[in-house]
Amino acid sequence: MTLWMAVLAACALAFLTKWLGHLVPAAWLSGVRTRRMTSLLPVALLAALVVVQTLGGPAGTLVVDARLVAVAVAVIALVLRAPFILVVVLGALVAAGLRALGWS
Amino acid sequence: MTRPPGAEPGGSARPAGRSTAHRAVQRQAWSVGLATGAYGVSFGALSVASGLDVWQTVALSALMFTGGSQFAFVGVIGAGGTGVAAIATATLLGIRNGLYGLQVSEFLGVRRGQRALAAQLTIDESTAVAIAQDHDHPRRIGFWHTGIAVYLFWNLFTLIGAVVGNALGDPRRWGLDGAAAAAFVALLWPRLRSRDAGATAALAVIVTVLVVPQAPAGIPVLVAALAALVVGLWPRRQAPREATPS
Repeated sequence: MTLWMAVLAACALAFLTKWLGHLVPAAWLSGVRTRRMTSLLPVALLAALVVVQTLGGPAGTLVVDARLVAVAVAVIALVLRAPFILVVVLGALVAAGLRALGWS
Repeated sequence: MTRPPGAEPGGSARPAGRSTAHRAVQRQAWSVGLATGAYGVSFGALSVASGLDVWQTVALSALMFTGGSQFAFVGVIGAGGTGVAAIATATLLGIRNGLYGLQVSEFLGVRRGQRALAAQLTIDESTAVAIAQDHDHPRRIGFWHTGIAVYLFWNLFTLIGAVVGNALGDPRRWGLDGAAAAAFVALLWPRLRSRDAGATAALAVIVTVLVVPQAPAGIPVLVAALAALVVGLWPRRQAPREATPS
């Protein structure tokens, strides 16, 4: 599969998901457990993506480097109610700064 | 600030309180749109750093148009995952938009021809601004104005981020991998309010750490999705008896 095919397929599925929500009767997904699971799904996926982006190294290794410090600073910024864009910029500045100082 | 002539056609004919309230919703919608759209810069830069070209990046923002899934897609590709793993992660993360569609379609009252447009604009922000209003009419204003504002700014800033990111060169030197990790933390943070959410996140972190050395890139994130299933199906603890007056 080429990268373009993956991009377009993922876009089509994203639209289909939104569109189905507008089409199906609300009663279909009204079960308490279904609602709990669907609201927890983004939490599980995003938490896993945090791990992969922070610790993921080449070929299935886990690596501790400047990214972990960047995430720690991001969490502190979020506790202090910093807006999204500032958190992301801080993450970049910390990682770039540590590398400029010669630490991984 | 003076209002330009003709800025609000027929404004004086409407009840003053109502049109003021509508303007407040519109102001809220466009400020949310600008604030959200601005971080399209980080998406654009991270996407080209992950190996997508400028046009693939632009296509994701224009067609997929749901930030969390877009970050996830380029994150999986950047980590060396397959196209199928990237599609699956992005799609699972986008399921919540379907639930938003269920909610907003109840008050939007769109005609068939508008339904595709309404669907495409159904995201976290447009839903949040809409359901924060008290009545159906301001809800509709909130939905459409926020959706359109986010769409315009998100796509504009994605293009800027992709072009600038392309010119930067080595993404690690500029700390863009640190920015990507921070972006996912910031996307996760507002969802961690309940105990269920905290438990799900903790379980997902453990599962991911355990699975990363065992599975190809992209798969650990999908396995971690099971954490939502486990916590969601876990019998919910009853409220303590003492707390309810007998």
